[in-house]
Amino acid sequence: MWLWIHKFGSPPHAYRLLGKLAPWFGWSSLALIAIASYWGLVLAPRDYQQGDAFRILYVHAPSAWMSMFIYVAMAVAAGIGMIWRIKLAHAAAAACAPIGASFTFLALATGSIWGKPMWGTWWVWDARLTSELILLFLYLGYMALRSSFDDPQRADRASAVLALVGVINVPIIHYSVEWWTTLHQPASVTKLDKPSIAIEMLYPLFLMIIAFQLYFGWAISRRLRGEILRRERNAKWLQEAA
Amino acid sequence: MDLQEFLRMGGYAGYVWSAYGLTLVVLLLNWRAARRHEAQEQLNARRRSTAE
Repeated sequence: MWLWIHKFGSPPHAYRLLGKLAPWFGWSSLALIAIASYWGLVLAPRDYQQGDAFRILYVHAPSAWMSMFIYVAMAVAAGIGMIWRIKLAHAAAAACAPIGASFTFLALATGSIWGKPMWGTWWVWDARLTSELILLFLYLGYMALRSSFDDPQRADRASAVLALVGVINVPIIHYSVEWWTTLHQPASVTKLDKPSIAIEMLYPLFLMIIAFQLYFGWAISRRLRGEILRRERNAKWLQEAA
Repeated sequence: MDLQEFLRMGGYAGYVWSAYGLTLVVLLLNWRAARRHEAQEQLNARRRSTAE
């Protein structure tokens, strides 16, 4: 086990492995996004209350899910980097931030587009929307903080603290619809009892979530390779690989 | 199903298509940014190794 961690945690090995994995992630996510979009836009039945506007769900909910998932991944990577002083973990955390910020922006923007016809407003300062907006600021703050240091090791330590403190916001986003009275509808899928959404409407949603996860897999592979190259600038293996 | 009806999205065309279009644009921009980031660092690494 330790041997395996050591091997995977070594930059040259990780660099090569990510390069091999990336195309698989990329093509499978492209295929699944196409299938899920067709399913969600054409095959899924129309909602009896919201009509065709509910189809925005298939891009909105997976984006929102990814925005939180990536933040947790980033905080876990930053924590591992802090505790065990693994450079690769810090690099992974740094690579997460721009991808997570993109999905957070998408969740907010598609939610706003959905909110206009359904609630009659683009934006409202309720708990769910506000906490998701704070998540966007956390990502942007994390990236700004990193770029304010020239020394990558100091950037790693400072930004890891921010990532770990900010993780408290993730359960707040999730439970915001239960703790406060909000305009946002409560969870209809991630419930302990049966989901309150028709199963035919659910398949494309799960498919799109998997597609977005694969997309994240692709993007993190590419970005992490870039991070490794930058950090290992003086390593012998890199000069041979380049 | 006819195409006109599909594109109309039951009267929500502007909302549905702009949400999907925006998603596509952001995913594509991210795709390009990640590729560029990697390519740029590869170029830097190559420059450094030839400079020595």
